[in-house]
Amino acid sequence: MIQTFAFYLFAVLVIASAVMVISSRNPVHSVLWLILAFFNAAGLMVIVGAEFIAMLLVIVYVGAVAVLFLFVVMMLDIDFAELRAGFIKNFPLGIAIALVLLAEMVLGLGAYKAGVIQLGEPSGLAAPLPGESNIESLGALLYGQYLFLFETAGIILLVAMIGAIVLTHREIRSPRGHQDISKQVSRRPEEATEMMRPEVGKGVKL
Amino acid sequence: MTEFFQSLGMTYEWAWSVATIAGVLLIALPLMLSVAMIIYVDRKVWAAINLRRGPNVVGPLGLLQSFADGFKVFLQETIIPSAANKGIFILAPIVTFTVALAAWAVIPFDAGVVLANINVGLLYILAISSLSVYGIVMAGWSSNSKYPFFSAMRASAQMISYEVSIGFVLVCVVLYAGSFNLTDIVNAQKGHGFGIVNGYWFNLLLFPMWVVFFISSLAETQRVPFDLTEAESELVAGYQTEYSSMAFALYWLGEYANILLMCSLNTLLFFGGWLPPLDIDLIPWFDIPGIIWFLGKTFFFFFMFSWVMATVPRYRYDQLMRLGWKVFLPMSLLFVVVISGWLMFTRYGV
Repeated sequence: MIQTFAFYLFAVLVIASAVMVISSRNPVHSVLWLILAFFNAAGLMVIVGAEFIAMLLVIVYVGAVAVLFLFVVMMLDIDFAELRAGFIKNFPLGIAIALVLLAEMVLGLGAYKAGVIQLGEPSGLAAPLPGESNIESLGALLYGQYLFLFETAGIILLVAMIGAIVLTHREIRSPRGHQDISKQVSRRPEEATEMMRPEVGKGVKL
Repeated sequence: MTEFFQSLGMTYEWAWSVATIAGVLLIALPLMLSVAMIIYVDRKVWAAINLRRGPNVVGPLGLLQSFADGFKVFLQETIIPSAANKGIFILAPIVTFTVALAAWAVIPFDAGVVLANINVGLLYILAISSLSVYGIVMAGWSSNSKYPFFSAMRASAQMISYEVSIGFVLVCVVLYAGSFNLTDIVNAQKGHGFGIVNGYWFNLLLFPMWVVFFISSLAETQRVPFDLTEAESELVAGYQTEYSSMAFALYWLGEYANILLMCSLNTLLFFGGWLPPLDIDLIPWFDIPGIIWFLGKTFFFFFMFSWVMATVPRYRYDQLMRLGWKVFLPMSLLFVVVISGWLMFTRYGV
C-alpha cells in the first residue's frame, strides 16, 4: 500500500515539476523546479531498490550539475520580453518536436506491452546478484564483465575534460598576474614595516 | 522500536511509521536543544580565549542566554523586502534548516542506535550536504540585493570546491572499511592501530586525510578562517543580510546543526565513533555507554572548531580557492591511489 502511495506521489511530483520547468516564466524558477524533478526521480529509484543510483542522481545532478545551471542562470541578465518574442515563430517547430516525442513514447509503450525484447530479464547478464548490496553487484559488473567499456568511457571523459581546459585556458603574460603564496605568507613584520623619526620640514623618502 | 509498537497491537506498517516518527522526534528535539547549548559553549570558549567573561547574565552562569536570544528573535517582526522574490525568499531558510536536520537520519549514536541503517549511509550524507548550498544560493538571489548576491556566489564556489576533496577523503575511509554503512565503518575501526587503538586516525595513510577532512569541514560549514560568505567588513552579513526574525533564526540553527554534523562525522570516520579510544579491557570503560563516548568526542571536535574560530584570521578568497583546488584535491587524489595500492598489496594480495 505504502509503496503504491509513494510511487504515485513521486511520479506526480516529477511530472508536475517537469511541466513547471518549461512553463514558469523566470529561468531561475525553472532551474529550481528541475532540481525538484531530479530529487523525485531519485525517490523513484529508491522505490525500485536502486539506492546507489538514487544517491548518485542526487550527488551528481542536484549537487553539481544543477548548481552550475543555477550559477549561470543567476548571472545572466535576462530580458523576459525578448525571450518571449520568438515564441510564435518557433511554435510550429516546438509542436513538431513534441509530436515526434509523443510518437516515440507510444511506440515504446506498445513495444513494452507486446513484450518482444526483455531487457530487464531477471536471469540475464545484468541480473542483480542475490544477497549482495547494490554497490557490490554494480561493482562486480563494471569492474568484471564491462571493465574495458568502463575504462574506455573514463578515457573519453578525461580527453573531453582536457579539451575543455585547453580551449578555455589563456596564458597570462603580464608579470603582475603572478602571486607567490609562500612568499606572501612567510613575510614578517620586520621586513614589511620601518620605524622612522623624521626631522621637521624634511619629510621621509618613500 | 518497531517491535515495541508491534507489541502494543499495531500492524507492522503502522508500528514502523509510529516508530520512525518517534525516532525523528527523539533526534530532532535533543539536537535543537544541543544547538542552543552549543552556541552558548561557542561564545564562552571565544570569551575565555579573548580574556572576556562571555554571556553570564541570563540564568545561572548565563546558561539560558541562547533561549533568551531565541525568544527575542521569535517575537520580532518578519520583514520581507518589497523587491525580493517572495516565494524563494521564504523557502530558502526552510531548505537550509530541513537539509541540516535530514542528514542526521543515518548518524549512529551507539551500536544499533540509528534511525535509518542504510547501506549507502555515507553517500546519503554526501548527497544531503551537497544540497545545503541551495539554501544559501536561493537566499542570495531572492534577496535582490548586492551583498547577499556576492555572498551566494562565494558560498556556492567554496562549497563545491571543498566537497570534491571531502568526497575523496571519504573514498579513502570507505576503501579501508569496505563499506558505505556508517555502523560498519565504526565497527571496522575496532582495534585498528596494532589491535589497541580504536580509530582510523592511528594510521600513517589516514591521518593526513583526517587533517584534510577537518579543514574541509571548516570550509564546508563556512566557519572561520573560511567564513568569506559572511565577511562583515566586505559583505555586511552575507546572504542573511535581508533576513529577520525566525527566518534568520532558522539560518543560525541550520548552521550550527551542520557544524555538529561535521563534528560527529569526524568522530565516526576517524576516531572510532562510540568505541572507547583504546581497545583494552583492563580499564572498565567498556561499561560507559557508547553514546557518552560519541557525544564526548563530538564535543571535543566542536571545541576544536571554536578554538580555531577564536585564534585564526580570515583567509583571502584566492588563497581559499588555491588551498581547495591546488593543495587538497591533488593530495587527496594521491592518497586514494596510494591507499588502494597499499590495500591491494597487504589485504587482497597482488
